Amino acid sequence: MDKAQVKAVIAARAAKELKDGDIVNLGIGIPTLIPAYLPEGVKIKLQAECGMIDAGGPPTAENADPDHVCDAGGQPSSIMTGGAFIDSSMSFTMIRGGHVSGTFLGALQVDEKGNLANWIIPGKTVPGMGGAMDLVVGANKVIVTMEHTAKGNLKILKECTLPLTAVSCVDMIITEMGVMNVTDKGIELVEIHPEFTVEQVQEATGATLIISPDLKPMDI
Amino acid sequence: MAKIITSKEAAALIKSGDSVMFGGFVGCGTAMGVVNELAKLGTDNLTAMCNDGGRINPDGSFYGIAPLIHNKQFKKFYATHIGINPEIGQQMNAGEMEVVLVPQGSFAEMIRAGGAGLGGVLTPTGVGTITEGFEYVHSKVNIDGKDYLLLKPLKADFAVIEGFKVDKAGNVCYHGTARNFCPLMATAAKTVIVEAENLVEIGEIDPDNVVTPGIFVDYIVYDGGNK
Repeated sequence: MDKAQVKAVIAARAAKELKDGDIVNLGIGIPTLIPAYLPEGVKIKLQAECGMIDAGGPPTAENADPDHVCDAGGQPSSIMTGGAFIDSSMSFTMIRGGHVSGTFLGALQVDEKGNLANWIIPGKTVPGMGGAMDLVVGANKVIVTMEHTAKGNLKILKECTLPLTAVSCVDMIITEMGVMNVTDKGIELVEIHPEFTVEQVQEATGATLIISPDLKPMDI
Repeated sequence: MAKIITSKEAAALIKSGDSVMFGGFVGCGTAMGVVNELAKLGTDNLTAMCNDGGRINPDGSFYGIAPLIHNKQFKKFYATHIGINPEIGQQMNAGEMEVVLVPQGSFAEMIRAGGAGLGGVLTPTGVGTITEGFEYVHSKVNIDGKDYLLLKPLKADFAVIEGFKVDKAGNVCYHGTARNFCPLMATAAKTVIVEAENLVEIGEIDPDNVVTPGIFVDYIVYDGGNK
């Protein structure tokens, strides 16, 4: 799989997690590709922590207003008819208060307790946590969408080594290799991409996987 | 009653060593007129509070509070995200500027608490992370079996924000995501400066649409419309 295929597989599978009417916050990178793969009949409302509900994505020439409407990465955005602009306190009332159905975001590391690390590599890069710490604590479902490994380095681990974004917050991990649920007993592989074997997925994973008795091919 | 001044006059109110909250998200909602004048003055040793440090546009121009960062006018900077402007990381690593990272939702509530006369904020955000040891965390508190961090309020000498429509009594309504932290910051600073994109007569803003009432505003900056 090349890089573009990897991203497409992850985004397409992630889109299947969404139900009509869900209120969703998408992190940067792969998560922003998810709306393109929404199943027919499924409409979601995107919450952007910079201050809008029912965000419309990159603007057209007609509705562009870059001085006033941006997305969570600071890029020009738009709002859907029926949406609302909100201040930062209201934005995080939605997020922290459990009014957002789900958040999809990338990770540097995830471990078998559902701990997440995605905001700092000490001594290297310190982008900051932005809204991530509030999102993973408050959203009803936290789904990590990421490449299974980073240039051969393991990212799904027994225990995160980088500073955490939050403790025991991740519900599900979707990679190009498969779909994993974080359970009380550890990380359970529930779907696998047909290009990979269980052994290959385990080899690319730092934690011992629980293989679901119901293991299915990845639903993409 | 709010006084109408130019961005140049507003920037001159801020002195070396002052603390300043800047509204805006990357640059959307930032009072660029005042920021650019403050950069020209070079007022230094500032303690700044802003969601982020802005960015350098592809054409090389600055957006948001980036001019102040690149001028090295901050001795301390409270922010939620600094990855978009790599200059911040460089100054931080060189020991030229102290950076205090705050989760974005906590940042909003700490400012709100500062303006609302509250003693702090209790949030589950950050529990079990290294932020537990950061300077704005008072303590960890367990309430009915759940852990929270007790965060201290944030206040400043100045708030510098942008309003879309401002009347001559200082009533402000915002437009789009440019609202972000501006209404919160307008409550949490000793002196509040609102840069008006559009200055209108009293009565032209429907009271239903006023987000920041004029009683919070000390100065209205109007350069004849900067956008």
